[in-house]
Amino acid sequence: MGTLLIRGGRVVDPSQGIDRVDDVLVRDGLVVAIGHADTQPIGKADETIDATGLIVTPGLIDMHVHLREPGREEDETIETGTRAALAGGFTSVACIPNTEPPIDTQSTVEFIHQKAARADTCNVFVVGCVSRNREGKELADIGQLVEAGAVAFSDDGAPVYDAELMRRAFEYCRMFDKPILAHEEVLELSRGGVMHEGLVSLVMGLTGMPAAAEEVMIGRDVALAEVTGGRLHVMHVSTAGGVALIRAAKARGAHVTAEACPHHFTLTDESLRGFDSNYKMSPPLRTAADVEGIIAGIVDGTLDCIATDHAPHSREKKMLELDRAPFGILGLETAVGLAVTRLVATGRIGWPRLVEAMSTLPARILGVNRGTLRPGAVADITLIDPNLSWQVDVKSFLSKSVNSPFDRWTLKGRAVATIVGGRVKYRLDS
Amino acid sequence: MPHPTAEHEPFPAGWSHRHLLDLERLSPDEIRLLLDTAARFKEATDGCRKKLSVLAGRTIVNLFFENSTRTRTSFSLAARRLGADVVDFTASGSSLSKGESFIDTAKNLEAMGIDAVVVRHSTPGTPHLLAQHLDVGVINAGDGPHEHPTQGLLDIFSIRERRGDLAGATVGLVGDIAHSRTARSNLWGLVKLGAKVILCGPPTLVSHRWRELGVEVSHDLDAIVPRCDVLNLLRIQFERQNTRPFPSVREYAHLYAMTKDRLKRAKKDLLILAPGPINRGVEVTADVADCPQSLILDQVTNGLAVRMGVLWLTCGPRVATGETAARPAAGRIV
Repeated sequence: MGTLLIRGGRVVDPSQGIDRVDDVLVRDGLVVAIGHADTQPIGKADETIDATGLIVTPGLIDMHVHLREPGREEDETIETGTRAALAGGFTSVACIPNTEPPIDTQSTVEFIHQKAARADTCNVFVVGCVSRNREGKELADIGQLVEAGAVAFSDDGAPVYDAELMRRAFEYCRMFDKPILAHEEVLELSRGGVMHEGLVSLVMGLTGMPAAAEEVMIGRDVALAEVTGGRLHVMHVSTAGGVALIRAAKARGAHVTAEACPHHFTLTDESLRGFDSNYKMSPPLRTAADVEGIIAGIVDGTLDCIATDHAPHSREKKMLELDRAPFGILGLETAVGLAVTRLVATGRIGWPRLVEAMSTLPARILGVNRGTLRPGAVADITLIDPNLSWQVDVKSFLSKSVNSPFDRWTLKGRAVATIVGGRVKYRLDS
Repeated sequence: MPHPTAEHEPFPAGWSHRHLLDLERLSPDEIRLLLDTAARFKEATDGCRKKLSVLAGRTIVNLFFENSTRTRTSFSLAARRLGADVVDFTASGSSLSKGESFIDTAKNLEAMGIDAVVVRHSTPGTPHLLAQHLDVGVINAGDGPHEHPTQGLLDIFSIRERRGDLAGATVGLVGDIAHSRTARSNLWGLVKLGAKVILCGPPTLVSHRWRELGVEVSHDLDAIVPRCDVLNLLRIQFERQNTRPFPSVREYAHLYAMTKDRLKRAKKDLLILAPGPINRGVEVTADVADCPQSLILDQVTNGLAVRMGVLWLTCGPRVATGETAARPAAGRIV
């Protein structure tokens, strides 16, 4: 495979506390060293990338991606979804098991791994179901799924509704040290809802999903995680109240982590005014105060990471009445731009925190040997142009779907090269 | 700019929209124009009885995805009174039950050369979506609990006909505000014309959040009756409720039905409206519904006038301003 030298970029690697302009040398798919190339005893590199003016980070990891395969290949496939990931700067994704069939057996996990290997794009880590067939009735064969390579467990798309089953899942997962990724929603409170319950939903005559529907369930799962010592990871936190619950749980020492999605720190329920289903997702877009709460949670680390909840839906599925259109939007190809525009360019967080939220901590939560540029680590590396101003164009997306509300938005910051295992898998043509 | 022909002369032009989707986004002047146009048509048709031919050759489609008798009949009659052809299209028995999307259904109708679509649907925003996909005029005849602009206009028209200007009038909207498109259209129209609006009903049907719009919210009908110049008694929409928002119909009627007793404590010239169909004994007792202050039957006649006006303004000779459909608010960074 030879040697690759990434020269003169600002290397940001929170796993080692590094933030300096330096060179990164890669040999045979592994990081060899970070250090001035001229002083390294490495000889001449086979390939050199001039990273002057770029941010060089451990490869980004999106721990919340719906790849849709198997079962809904009209929306996305493992190949198209991971290509979109590369274009967004992600070297790894964790795929959520609400497929058809759901990922609740060793053979489905193997199917995903094989498809991902064939696609030869980015790493795909598999999240297995908490419950068999995602029915919320009995535990899936979690131990066998772990053996097959599942890194975490989730019934996402829906909450694990039975509190006793959730308790048992926390307890059982302890022996594998795997987290449960929880979709938090009290269904009775959100039934029939299409957007956040507030003044906007009231005026529009749309059924709302109150913040309490999410917060009540976060409260339940925090309590269950505390009583069992299990690991809870709260997915797509959307309310300021949810952030406060998680902050308090962490202060008590509970094993709780959490993620925020770019749309939840960017858009509010006001966006629904045009009745466009590309603003319909679950949990829904909330208020400006919630957006501020989410950003504050990212700033102080209450929300450990940024994940996209990439949820492709084919055009005909989204082109329906608002109550019939499915929940969810694309995320992979706009995440870096939104995070830089909304969080870094505004001075709310620095680059080290952003890299921590998009690489270091997702790797740690999932327990995968990624998210670092330590010597000997797999050379998954993302190069980001922090100043590149670009216009989102869904027609140029590598995803199979186009359901993004950010079409035509001008964003700052974009991945310009994505390197997986030492090989350049994506380069933005300038 | 196409100049109205001689026959068109008596009726106002000057409407720059292609559609009528809601009252929320109209200006006070636009609402006044709609009301004035309706008044001219009521007069010209001798109280909505005589037939004109100002829309001869135009075809209006009633595209109803939700059951309706009186609104559809009212639109049909209004269109025929102006000489237009009317086609009824109901969801059941159409290709919609074969899985066709509503946008495709509407596009098919459009391709048959129609001039306007009157649409009713159980989902808020459906007329707005159609307006984005169609080149013909779209008139909202009720989109779920969102808006029912012609109902709001005809209620306001009926009040204005009796008492003139609305500025300073206190109007109580009583009942199932949560599920009422009529309430929302009334609210916007009334506020824009300078009336004071009080929303009244149990907290499960009248959210405190309405106060954020500067509207008064009350849960005590007895307290507001003496202050009101107009009461609009809205139907309990049992069919839209997931769960019952009050313990029993009997208790609801006890607290919120407009009865003879409550009427005694009202201003002498109180006007009472109720958009049909009414549940007698629930929102209003029979003796009140039929009392001299009741505008319930005026509302029905005025519905024709308002719909004639709306059809004229959306399908008649166009004032060329180049304006198209109300575009959805774009997403924005907060």
